[in-house]
Amino acid sequence: MDENQNQMSEQVRAGFPWKQVIGLLLSLALTFIALWIAVGLSLPVHVTLTIIVGLAIFQAFIQLFMFMHVTEGTEPVHQLIGILFGIYVAFAVVGGTLWILAYAL
Amino acid sequence: MTESTLSLHEKDRSKMPLEYTTEEGDLRIVGFWIFLAAELVLFGTLFGTYLVLQSHTAGGPTAKDLFEIGPVMAETIVLLVSSFTCGLSTIELRRHNKKGLIGWLIVTILLGLVFVGLEVNEFYTYAVHEGAPISRSAFLSGFFVLLGTHGCHVSLGIIWIIGILLQLGKRGITPVTARKAFMAGLYWHFLDVVWIFIFTAVYLTGLVI
Repeated sequence: MDENQNQMSEQVRAGFPWKQVIGLLLSLALTFIALWIAVGLSLPVHVTLTIIVGLAIFQAFIQLFMFMHVTEGTEPVHQLIGILFGIYVAFAVVGGTLWILAYAL
Repeated sequence: MTESTLSLHEKDRSKMPLEYTTEEGDLRIVGFWIFLAAELVLFGTLFGTYLVLQSHTAGGPTAKDLFEIGPVMAETIVLLVSSFTCGLSTIELRRHNKKGLIGWLIVTILLGLVFVGLEVNEFYTYAVHEGAPISRSAFLSGFFVLLGTHGCHVSLGIIWIIGILLQLGKRGITPVTARKAFMAGLYWHFLDVVWIFIFTAVYLTGLVI
Protein backbone atom coordinates (compact mmCIF):
# COMPACT_ATOMS: atom_id res chain seq x y z
CA MET A 1 0.00 0.00 0.00
CA ASP A 2 1.44 3.28 -1.05
CA GLU A 3 0.41 5.37 1.94
CA ASN A 4 2.42 3.07 4.15
CA GLN A 5 5.79 3.69 2.62
CA ASN A 6 8.47 3.73 5.24
CA GLN A 7 12.21 3.97 5.42
CA MET A 8 12.94 0.28 5.66
CA SER A 9 10.99 -0.51 2.51
CA GLU A 10 12.81 2.21 0.63
CA GLN A 11 16.15 0.75 1.65
CA VAL A 12 15.05 -2.68 0.48
CA ARG A 13 13.49 -1.41 -2.71
CA ALA A 14 16.74 -1.05 -4.60
CA GLY A 15 18.96 -4.01 -5.08
CA PHE A 16 19.31 -7.67 -5.63
CA PRO A 17 18.49 -10.07 -2.75
CA TRP A 18 22.16 -10.98 -2.14
CA LYS A 19 21.57 -12.16 1.39
CA GLN A 20 18.99 -14.72 0.25
CA VAL A 21 21.04 -15.95 -2.72
CA ILE A 22 24.19 -16.33 -0.61
CA GLY A 23 22.12 -18.12 2.06
CA LEU A 24 20.76 -20.56 -0.53
CA LEU A 25 24.17 -21.25 -2.11
CA LEU A 26 25.81 -21.75 1.30
CA SER A 27 23.00 -24.10 2.38
CA LEU A 28 23.29 -26.17 -0.79
CA ALA A 29 27.10 -26.27 -0.51
CA LEU A 30 26.95 -27.38 3.15
CA THR A 31 24.37 -30.07 2.29
CA PHE A 32 26.55 -31.54 -0.45
CA ILE A 33 29.73 -31.30 1.64
CA ALA A 34 27.95 -33.19 4.44
CA LEU A 35 26.79 -35.83 1.94
CA TRP A 36 30.32 -36.17 0.54
CA ILE A 37 31.86 -36.54 3.99
CA ALA A 38 29.30 -39.16 5.01
CA VAL A 39 29.22 -41.22 1.81
CA GLY A 40 32.35 -40.32 -0.16
CA LEU A 41 35.00 -40.34 2.55
CA SER A 42 35.45 -43.24 4.91
CA LEU A 43 36.54 -41.45 8.07
CA PRO A 44 36.01 -43.06 11.49
CA VAL A 45 32.31 -43.01 12.42
CA HIS A 46 32.59 -40.58 15.35
CA VAL A 47 34.69 -38.13 13.30
CA THR A 48 32.12 -38.20 10.48
CA LEU A 49 29.24 -37.66 12.92
CA THR A 50 31.00 -34.74 14.64
CA ILE A 51 31.68 -33.01 11.33
CA ILE A 52 28.20 -33.46 9.83
CA VAL A 53 26.45 -32.33 13.05
CA GLY A 54 28.74 -29.28 13.09
CA LEU A 55 27.83 -28.51 9.47
CA ALA A 56 24.10 -28.88 10.29
CA ILE A 57 24.35 -26.43 13.19
CA PHE A 58 26.20 -23.95 10.96
CA GLN A 59 23.51 -24.29 8.30
CA ALA A 60 20.74 -23.79 10.86
CA PHE A 61 22.37 -20.51 11.94
CA ILE A 62 22.52 -19.40 8.29
CA GLN A 63 18.74 -19.91 8.07
CA LEU A 64 18.21 -18.11 11.37
CA PHE A 65 20.22 -15.01 10.50
CA MET A 66 19.97 -14.74 6.71
CA PHE A 67 16.35 -15.81 6.19
CA MET A 68 14.55 -15.44 9.50
CA HIS A 69 15.55 -11.88 10.46
CA VAL A 70 16.05 -12.95 14.07
CA THR A 71 17.74 -9.65 14.93
CA GLU A 72 14.86 -7.48 13.67
CA GLY A 73 12.03 -5.83 15.57
CA THR A 74 11.85 -3.14 18.22
CA GLU A 75 13.47 -5.29 20.92
CA PRO A 76 14.98 -8.36 19.27
CA VAL A 77 16.63 -9.42 22.53
CA HIS A 78 13.30 -10.94 23.67
CA GLN A 79 12.99 -13.29 20.70
CA LEU A 80 16.73 -14.06 20.80
CA ILE A 81 16.51 -15.13 24.45
CA GLY A 82 13.39 -17.19 23.68
CA ILE A 83 14.88 -19.01 20.71
CA LEU A 84 18.26 -19.55 22.41
CA PHE A 85 16.52 -21.09 25.40
CA GLY A 86 14.55 -23.35 23.01
CA ILE A 87 17.81 -24.41 21.33
CA TYR A 88 19.40 -25.08 24.73
CA VAL A 89 16.49 -27.24 25.95
CA ALA A 90 16.32 -29.15 22.64
CA PHE A 91 20.05 -29.96 22.74
CA ALA A 92 19.87 -30.82 26.46
CA VAL A 93 17.00 -33.25 25.74
CA VAL A 94 18.78 -34.93 22.81
CA GLY A 95 22.23 -35.01 24.44
CA GLY A 96 20.88 -36.02 27.83
CA THR A 97 18.73 -38.81 26.39
CA LEU A 98 21.63 -40.26 24.41
CA TRP A 99 24.02 -39.99 27.35
CA ILE A 100 21.66 -41.57 29.90
CA LEU A 101 20.49 -44.37 27.64
CA ALA A 102 23.79 -45.09 25.88
CA TYR A 103 24.58 -48.06 28.11
CA ALA A 104 21.10 -48.94 29.32
CA LEU A 105 19.62 -50.37 26.16
CA MET B 1 17.41 2.24 31.53
CA THR B 2 15.77 4.07 28.70
CA GLU B 3 12.05 3.89 28.14
CA SER B 4 10.86 0.56 26.73
CA THR B 5 10.91 0.53 22.96
CA LEU B 6 7.47 -1.06 22.97
CA SER B 7 6.08 2.38 23.76
CA LEU B 8 7.88 3.84 20.76
CA HIS B 9 6.57 7.09 19.49
CA GLU B 10 4.22 6.61 16.55
CA LYS B 11 6.68 8.39 14.30
CA ASP B 12 9.55 6.03 15.14
CA ARG B 13 7.37 2.96 14.80
CA SER B 14 6.28 4.06 11.33
CA LYS B 15 9.90 3.72 10.22
CA MET B 16 9.85 0.00 11.00
CA PRO B 17 8.78 -2.61 8.42
CA LEU B 18 4.99 -2.74 8.09
CA GLU B 19 4.48 -5.83 10.28
CA TYR B 20 6.09 -4.02 13.25
CA THR B 21 4.18 -0.75 12.84
CA THR B 22 1.56 -1.62 15.46
CA GLU B 23 2.37 -2.63 19.03
CA GLU B 24 0.06 -5.62 18.65
CA GLY B 25 1.89 -6.89 15.56
CA ASP B 26 5.20 -6.40 17.32
CA LEU B 27 4.14 -8.42 20.37
CA ARG B 28 2.57 -11.16 18.28
CA ILE B 29 5.80 -11.67 16.34
CA VAL B 30 7.78 -12.03 19.57
CA GLY B 31 5.10 -14.47 20.76
CA PHE B 32 5.52 -16.46 17.55
CA TRP B 33 9.25 -16.79 18.21
CA ILE B 34 8.40 -18.26 21.63
CA PHE B 35 6.07 -20.72 19.87
CA LEU B 36 8.91 -21.70 17.52
CA ALA B 37 11.18 -22.24 20.53
CA ALA B 38 8.56 -24.64 21.97
CA GLU B 39 8.33 -26.44 18.62
CA LEU B 40 12.09 -26.84 18.72
CA VAL B 41 11.76 -28.65 22.06
CA LEU B 42 8.98 -30.86 20.64
CA PHE B 43 11.25 -31.93 17.78
CA GLY B 44 14.12 -32.32 20.26
CA THR B 45 12.18 -35.00 22.18
CA LEU B 46 11.40 -36.85 18.93
CA PHE B 47 15.06 -36.68 17.83
CA GLY B 48 16.13 -38.02 21.24
CA THR B 49 13.68 -40.94 20.97
CA TYR B 50 14.67 -41.74 17.41
CA LEU B 51 18.42 -41.66 18.05
CA VAL B 52 18.10 -43.99 21.04
CA LEU B 53 15.91 -46.46 19.13
CA GLN B 54 17.85 -46.28 15.85
CA SER B 55 19.74 -49.51 16.50
CA HIS B 56 16.67 -51.43 17.71
CA THR B 57 15.54 -52.94 14.45
CA ALA B 58 14.12 -56.19 15.91
CA GLY B 59 15.52 -58.22 13.04
CA GLY B 60 13.73 -55.99 10.51
CA PRO B 61 15.28 -53.68 7.92
CA THR B 62 17.98 -51.33 9.19
CA ALA B 63 18.54 -47.70 8.27
CA LYS B 64 21.27 -48.76 5.84
CA ASP B 65 18.94 -51.25 4.11
CA LEU B 66 16.15 -48.71 3.68
CA PHE B 67 17.56 -45.29 2.95
CA GLU B 68 18.39 -44.30 -0.60
CA ILE B 69 20.31 -41.10 -1.08
CA GLY B 70 18.62 -40.03 -4.35
CA PRO B 71 15.06 -39.36 -3.11
CA VAL B 72 16.43 -37.90 0.14
CA MET B 73 18.59 -35.38 -1.73
CA ALA B 74 15.58 -34.48 -3.91
CA GLU B 75 13.48 -33.75 -0.80
CA THR B 76 16.31 -31.76 0.78
CA ILE B 77 16.94 -29.59 -2.27
CA VAL B 78 13.22 -28.93 -2.84
CA LEU B 79 12.79 -27.80 0.76
CA LEU B 80 15.95 -25.67 0.72
CA VAL B 81 14.83 -23.89 -2.45
CA SER B 82 11.33 -23.38 -1.00
CA SER B 83 12.92 -21.73 2.04
CA PHE B 84 14.80 -19.45 -0.38
CA THR B 85 11.64 -18.50 -2.34
CA CYS B 86 9.91 -17.88 0.99
CA GLY B 87 12.77 -15.48 1.87
CA LEU B 88 12.19 -13.72 -1.45
CA SER B 89 8.48 -13.36 -0.60
CA THR B 90 9.46 -11.55 2.62
CA ILE B 91 11.60 -9.16 0.57
CA GLU B 92 8.65 -8.44 -1.73
CA LEU B 93 6.54 -7.88 1.37
CA ARG B 94 9.04 -5.25 2.55
CA ARG B 95 8.79 -3.60 -0.87
CA HIS B 96 4.99 -3.58 -0.49
CA ASN B 97 4.81 -5.44 -3.79
CA LYS B 98 1.62 -7.50 -3.53
CA LYS B 99 2.07 -9.31 -6.84
CA GLY B 100 5.63 -10.35 -6.02
CA LEU B 101 4.66 -11.47 -2.54
CA ILE B 102 1.75 -13.60 -3.78
CA GLY B 103 3.84 -15.01 -6.64
CA TRP B 104 6.73 -16.17 -4.43
CA LEU B 105 4.34 -17.55 -1.80
CA ILE B 106 2.64 -19.63 -4.52
CA VAL B 107 6.05 -20.94 -5.68
CA THR B 108 6.82 -21.77 -2.05
CA ILE B 109 3.66 -23.80 -1.49
CA LEU B 110 4.07 -25.59 -4.84
CA LEU B 111 7.57 -26.67 -3.76
CA GLY B 112 6.06 -27.63 -0.39
CA LEU B 113 3.55 -29.85 -2.19
CA VAL B 114 6.36 -31.50 -4.19
CA PHE B 115 8.18 -32.15 -0.92
CA VAL B 116 5.11 -33.70 0.73
CA GLY B 117 4.52 -35.81 -2.40
CA LEU B 118 8.10 -37.11 -2.36
CA GLU B 119 7.85 -37.90 1.32
CA VAL B 120 4.51 -39.73 1.00
CA ASN B 121 6.02 -41.73 -1.86
CA GLU B 122 9.03 -42.58 0.32
CA PHE B 123 6.79 -43.71 3.21
CA TYR B 124 4.65 -45.78 0.85
CA THR B 125 7.73 -47.50 -0.61
CA TYR B 126 9.04 -48.36 2.85
CA ALA B 127 5.74 -49.53 4.29
CA VAL B 128 4.37 -51.47 1.30
CA HIS B 129 7.30 -52.61 -0.83
CA GLU B 130 10.15 -52.91 1.66
CA GLY B 131 8.19 -54.55 4.48
CA ALA B 132 8.99 -51.71 6.87
CA PRO B 133 5.73 -50.28 8.28
CA ILE B 134 5.60 -48.25 11.51
CA SER B 135 4.80 -51.37 13.59
CA ARG B 136 7.79 -53.41 12.36
CA SER B 137 10.39 -52.21 14.91
CA ALA B 138 11.19 -49.51 17.45
CA PHE B 139 13.54 -47.96 14.88
CA LEU B 140 10.72 -47.62 12.35
CA SER B 141 8.24 -46.29 14.96
CA GLY B 142 10.72 -43.57 15.87
CA PHE B 143 11.46 -42.86 12.21
CA PHE B 144 7.83 -42.53 11.09
CA VAL B 145 6.80 -40.45 14.10
CA LEU B 146 9.68 -37.97 13.68
CA LEU B 147 9.37 -37.67 9.90
CA GLY B 148 5.56 -37.78 10.05
CA THR B 149 5.45 -34.92 12.57
CA HIS B 150 7.66 -32.83 10.29
CA GLY B 151 5.57 -33.75 7.22
CA CYS B 152 2.35 -32.78 9.06
CA HIS B 153 3.91 -29.42 9.92
CA VAL B 154 4.77 -28.81 6.27
CA SER B 155 1.23 -29.79 5.20
CA LEU B 156 -0.25 -27.47 7.83
CA GLY B 157 2.07 -24.70 6.62
CA ILE B 158 0.76 -25.13 3.07
CA ILE B 159 -2.85 -24.80 4.25
CA TRP B 160 -1.95 -21.77 6.41
CA ILE B 161 -0.20 -19.98 3.53
CA ILE B 162 -3.17 -20.66 1.22
CA GLY B 163 -5.37 -18.92 3.82
CA ILE B 164 -2.98 -15.96 3.93
CA LEU B 165 -2.94 -15.79 0.11
CA LEU B 166 -6.75 -15.46 0.13
CA GLN B 167 -6.55 -12.63 2.67
CA LEU B 168 -3.79 -10.89 0.71
CA GLY B 169 -5.89 -11.12 -2.45
CA LYS B 170 -8.91 -9.68 -0.67
CA ARG B 171 -7.37 -7.02 1.59
CA GLY B 172 -3.97 -6.29 0.06
CA ILE B 173 -0.88 -5.62 2.16
CA THR B 174 -1.97 -4.08 5.48
CA PRO B 175 -0.16 -4.13 8.86
CA VAL B 176 -2.27 -7.21 9.76
CA THR B 177 -1.78 -9.24 6.57
CA ALA B 178 1.90 -8.21 6.51
CA ARG B 179 2.32 -9.62 10.01
CA LYS B 180 0.60 -12.87 9.04
CA ALA B 181 2.70 -13.31 5.89
CA PHE B 182 5.87 -12.58 7.87
CA MET B 183 4.99 -15.13 10.59
CA ALA B 184 4.13 -17.82 8.01
CA GLY B 185 7.57 -17.15 6.50
CA LEU B 186 9.25 -17.65 9.88
CA TYR B 187 7.36 -20.93 10.29
CA TRP B 188 8.45 -22.14 6.86
CA HIS B 189 12.14 -21.35 7.49
CA PHE B 190 11.84 -23.10 10.84
CA LEU B 191 10.61 -26.28 9.12
CA ASP B 192 13.66 -26.13 6.87
CA VAL B 193 15.90 -25.88 9.94
CA VAL B 194 14.24 -29.02 11.36
CA TRP B 195 14.76 -30.79 8.03
CA ILE B 196 18.49 -29.95 8.07
CA PHE B 197 18.75 -31.91 11.32
CA ILE B 198 16.58 -34.76 9.99
CA PHE B 199 18.84 -34.98 6.93
CA THR B 200 21.92 -35.12 9.16
CA ALA B 201 20.76 -37.10 12.19
CA VAL B 202 18.45 -39.55 10.40
CA TYR B 203 19.61 -40.06 6.83
CA LEU B 204 23.35 -39.33 6.79
CA THR B 205 23.84 -40.92 10.21
CA GLY B 206 21.81 -43.94 9.04
CA LEU B 207 24.14 -44.35 6.07
CA VAL B 208 27.28 -44.04 8.21
CA ILE B 209 26.47 -46.21 11.24
